Amino acid sequence: MYDFTYHRPASLAEALNLLAEAEDPKIVAGGMTLLPTMKQRLAQPSDLIDLGGLGDMRGVNRDGDAFVVGAMTRHVEVAANPELLAQLPALAELAEMIGDPQVRNRGTMGGSVANADPAADYPAAVVGLNATVTTNQRSIAADDFFVDLFETALEEDEIITSIRFPIVPRAAYMKFPNPASRYAMVGVMVADTAGGIRVAVTGAGPSVFRVAEMEAALGEDFSPEAVAGIRIPDDGLNEDIHASAEYRAHLVTVMAKRAVLAVQARAAG
Amino acid sequence: MTVTVSMNVNGKEVRADVENRTLLVHYLREHLRLTGTHIGCDTSQCGACVVHVNGESVKSCTLLAVQAEGAEVLTVEGLAEGDTLHPMQEAFRQNHGLQCGFCTPGMLMSALDLVKNNPAPTDREVREWLEGNLCRCTGYQNIVKSIIAGAANMRETR
Repeated sequence: MYDFTYHRPASLAEALNLLAEAEDPKIVAGGMTLLPTMKQRLAQPSDLIDLGGLGDMRGVNRDGDAFVVGAMTRHVEVAANPELLAQLPALAELAEMIGDPQVRNRGTMGGSVANADPAADYPAAVVGLNATVTTNQRSIAADDFFVDLFETALEEDEIITSIRFPIVPRAAYMKFPNPASRYAMVGVMVADTAGGIRVAVTGAGPSVFRVAEMEAALGEDFSPEAVAGIRIPDDGLNEDIHASAEYRAHLVTVMAKRAVLAVQARAAG
Repeated sequence: MTVTVSMNVNGKEVRADVENRTLLVHYLREHLRLTGTHIGCDTSQCGACVVHVNGESVKSCTLLAVQAEGAEVLTVEGLAEGDTLHPMQEAFRQNHGLQCGFCTPGMLMSALDLVKNNPAPTDREVREWLEGNLCRCTGYQNIVKSIIAGAANMRETR
């Protein structure tokens, strides 16, 4: 790892100042992606700004018809939150599927969402549940947030402070994990939101995306059969040693079916 | 660029000047000579480097020493009391829970974090929990058996 200057600001304002002044800074939240990247010398920030000291950016709070999750809330805290488990279990279950226990003990929601790894799980929750990403400057709708591979709507001087998830009556996330890393080869969130059914897919393309055809079909008939015959095109999907684009397209249908089944199983108790 | 870090490791206050980029695992092994914590993959996947920081298991190869400033750190060296093995270590011994032994410190520290919240884990729960710990000898059967037995030992001795 190349050397850098380490900062641990005590407030968001201090973090923003450091971000503005440093030559080539990186923000570290849980560090579960950034530190391995730096170890491989794929990133060489001049300054590392550790948000670990910002305790007020941590925690899950109910706010009206939504849950507001602080950006520094760790996956383990989302997965084990009793209120989420009772009222928005799809989000807690998704968090429990991330990585391994040690990653969940350090990794944060804000870090994962800001990094926008194509195979990360949280983007499917943010888009599928129609969440709103709040930064030090503004609120960004989920559909506008994720732009492309590791690219989001965030400006260079912007830090995610929290993410607001509306409570939905039914939702479930299913993924086909890479057997080694547990990253999603394909993960699908199916949710019945105020604005209609949403189907959000992570892992399959350069960035999370919705499947309008599946959303329309599930709006008509919320059953696994409704999506079983819908096959998304392979064009532009990710291809690597783990899976071809064709296989990922196939998995999108399978995971969507499983997510619908999981919703039905939850409703049946 | 160096920084002074202080933390409590296995009940002892320690303090040292380290580089900003020093990983916790390197600090433990090279500065404190606590070489029970191993470096296996260096890509955050194998779990040989698992230690507890403030009571929770983390991969010490994916944490900077400076990020553990002020923390309580527990490594495998902190488990036994004198010559008496920790009940979890004893279970690994009794159940042939190790072959080459390289992954064992991480397995032990990971297992203890599981048992903290789940004193009587099932076979399936142990296997799911060990997602982040690899054994290249593929000795998982006896590792799982050891952890279940170790959890039982700990319930008895509590």
